[in-house]
Amino acid sequence: MTLPINNGNEGGPPGIGVSIPRADAYMKVSGREKYASDYYGEDLVWCGVKRAGVPHVVIGEIHTRAASETPGVLAVLTHSDVRGTNRQGVLQKDQPVLADDKARHCGDAVALVIAEDRHSLNKALDLVSFDYELLPGVFDAEEALEEGAPILHENHPQGNLLLSGEYRTGAGASAMAECDVVVEGSFRTPRQEHAYLETEAGWAQVQDDGRLFIVCSTQTPFRDRSEVAEALGLDLHDVRIKAPYPGGAFGGKDGVTVQTLLGLAALNSGGRPVRMQWDREESFLAGTKRHPARLYYRLGAKRDGTLHCLDVHMVLDTGPYDHLGGVVLALGLEHAGGAYRVPHVNLKGKCVYTNNPVGGAFRGFGVPQVTAAIEQMIDMTAEKLQMDPLETRLRNAVRRGDKNSIGKTLVNSTGLRECLKALGEHPLWKSRAEWKAGAGAFKRRGAGVAALTHASGYGPVVPDVANAKVELTREGKFLIYSGVVDMGQGNATTNLQIAGSILCQPTDGMELVLPDTDRTLPSGSASASRCTYTFGNALIGAAENLKTRILQRAADLLMARSRDEIVLIPGGVRHLVSGKDLPLSVIAGFMDEAERISVHHFKAPTAPENFDAGPGIRMHGFPHTLFSYAAHLALVEVDELTGEITVCRYVAISDCGTVVNPQIYEQQIQGAVAQGIGFALCEDLVSTQGLILTQDFAGYVIPTAADVPEIDSVPVEIFEPSGPFGLKGVGEIAMNGPLPAISNAVADACGVRIFEYPMTPERVLAAIRDACKRISE
Amino acid sequence: MKTIIQMTVNGELVESAVEPNRTLLQFLREDLDLTGTKHGCGLGDCGACTVILDGKPVNSCLVLAVQAHGREVLTIEGLAENGNLHPIQQAFVDKGAIQCGFCTPGMILSAKALLDENPKPSELEIRTAISGNLCRCTGYQKIVEAVQEAATVIDGTEVSS
Repeated sequence: MTLPINNGNEGGPPGIGVSIPRADAYMKVSGREKYASDYYGEDLVWCGVKRAGVPHVVIGEIHTRAASETPGVLAVLTHSDVRGTNRQGVLQKDQPVLADDKARHCGDAVALVIAEDRHSLNKALDLVSFDYELLPGVFDAEEALEEGAPILHENHPQGNLLLSGEYRTGAGASAMAECDVVVEGSFRTPRQEHAYLETEAGWAQVQDDGRLFIVCSTQTPFRDRSEVAEALGLDLHDVRIKAPYPGGAFGGKDGVTVQTLLGLAALNSGGRPVRMQWDREESFLAGTKRHPARLYYRLGAKRDGTLHCLDVHMVLDTGPYDHLGGVVLALGLEHAGGAYRVPHVNLKGKCVYTNNPVGGAFRGFGVPQVTAAIEQMIDMTAEKLQMDPLETRLRNAVRRGDKNSIGKTLVNSTGLRECLKALGEHPLWKSRAEWKAGAGAFKRRGAGVAALTHASGYGPVVPDVANAKVELTREGKFLIYSGVVDMGQGNATTNLQIAGSILCQPTDGMELVLPDTDRTLPSGSASASRCTYTFGNALIGAAENLKTRILQRAADLLMARSRDEIVLIPGGVRHLVSGKDLPLSVIAGFMDEAERISVHHFKAPTAPENFDAGPGIRMHGFPHTLFSYAAHLALVEVDELTGEITVCRYVAISDCGTVVNPQIYEQQIQGAVAQGIGFALCEDLVSTQGLILTQDFAGYVIPTAADVPEIDSVPVEIFEPSGPFGLKGVGEIAMNGPLPAISNAVADACGVRIFEYPMTPERVLAAIRDACKRISE
Repeated sequence: MKTIIQMTVNGELVESAVEPNRTLLQFLREDLDLTGTKHGCGLGDCGACTVILDGKPVNSCLVLAVQAHGREVLTIEGLAENGNLHPIQQAFVDKGAIQCGFCTPGMILSAKALLDENPKPSELEIRTAISGNLCRCTGYQKIVEAVQEAATVIDGTEVSS
């Protein structure tokens, strides 16, 4: 449906660099946008899952009879009803759809119930029970690696070690002896919950032609299709996945959540449509989380502040399944040294199975964890050398042509120094001394900075590709087929902007087709800061190609000497020599379908370097070639009596290439900073012996409007030649900054540093108290 | 046992038989097909299901449908008039206060309840008024700007009319 959109240019074609209103805004603001959780329909049935509730058991008989006999229940299904592999996972297929041999965390699905209504469903779910033999669990990633620890996957050759990486440059850690100063730090980052407002949800039905149709809240419709087909034993082409706008995702819908379960239910509902929506507690229990990390750092520098040697050991808790844990580890290793030149580096990392909640993709993907560490190590080094933290960063910041901390030569635009310099000129940085002096009674104020880098794309092995499709309809309208989900980040609008700019059409002359495996083309996941970079490049090719065809056909029709005499205008073409116009509908009438549809494939560039960081690490994405950069500043006030930290102002200066839509760009920065503030100050999904103690938004607190300060987003626009219109990824980088910037600011304010996160008032008070004790002793 | 209830929803009188434990949220979404009101947590923590009940914002997941009997409900679908967006909706579009959009209906209705009571709120008053509506995408800044903009527009309209 065509939407009334004011494109900010009085109905003209959108420009690049202009804040055209989002294409989804009108439908969303009027409450008419249909999310996956808004699908009901005639003759609907409901389905839901019986969760294990115990963290590690061998499953015996599953008792379904009482549930099956509950009035209103259509079916109670277990693993024996699954005809395919009953396994899912992105790289390792280690996660059962319905648990068969064991349950490995409390959220494992044991049975699936289909019922006429919500009430019967809940009643039946309570009546499903199963026999089990309790197994000892392991709830600490480092303990899971000890000899004799309970093993989660008996067939996994490395025990509880999912994946490990080891990487060295120069003389490795032995160069620490050559350093004038060495600082050490051990950091613990929390398990962060995505907390999207729309929980995992979807709707499915077997269509009249026998094909399974699933509408779901997802970032990965094409990968979902493969996973569902394989797990349920269906032909790939007998599954169709449609992806409406999700109500938030942030990585938590990068992979299967409800999809396979819904598909199984639909295959057993007698052709009736089925609906599933996890409630908030179930979403917390069964959804993926940001991997909790233990980070052991040593950083050595020369007297003049030049970084010389870095030694890192990190352990990530992936819970019971890989999901994307191995890939998160690889990205964490790659970013462990930040965006600095460090000649001697030793990196070790392990991603470990435990009986905790499942770790998975979450905006930042391993980088917020390591950035928390390296960016505080830089401040600790600067403090020891009595140097300015910003100066220390500038001294070591990478430039184009440099090798970064893993020895990767930076061949693309590299604007970290420009970001740091802009931060140094920012009024809030320059006036920080006066601002700090204005703290009231029992308040301390501090300023902290962090320098950031974030890779985009899938790395050297997994092809980072997109296939764009643009159609001129017989009626003379353009259809833009979006292959990559817009989970809120605004890429659907950017697609219209890119296509409209090339085809000279106002956005209301074009229509978006959202990702749908039957209609759009495979273009990868909505993840990895890749959406507009990869898909945008494909879209430019598709739109340019179609433009050429239209101009050529118009030139023939208008008897022009060449197509150079023809231009596209809104709704038509114009022959510049004769001044004649033709509407697009007329041109479309002279083109057959094959000519009216243009597709274009784009594959993102990869790093040619072949670094050996251990078996499988390259496959998991190490290294990348394209990076965004940023410099962040946090101004905080600490209450010495309560330990409460207030972030008063925040500045994010980013090099993410040119800005195609300033409003959408700011949305990405501001939203990621808010999530980062939550990660720094209050968010921790607490689990004890595998049981989640923070089961709702009263226990798991995310920032509200009262907690997030004014955020100043300043783009440093450096044209990236490989990007569409010069852009780079902006979706994730700002997530990496708040924790280290705030912690550095707290250290600046109070002289104490917190090493375990989030920085709750209790932890801040304890740190202040310890410092006072040390001084008095 | 079902109870017959009557209420005004977006200006229209509706009558229905509902179970006593049916929430207003379920009634709106599943019986009236008004899916603009979102289910975010079911516990009154997130504000995604905010509607206006007799002029006051409520979490419709915490109100039983029978409690709305004889009362007036405004949902997001009832805010635009004759296809023209309400100034708050328009300001959310213009200021880019929407990303995934799932919190948007509740956020807008909380903002409306604020501006109805307090047409010229301070930034702090806006942030406080919407602090029961969680948003995970925006960082709230553009939402606050949109409410400020809407307040100005509404104020201007009232002066000129």
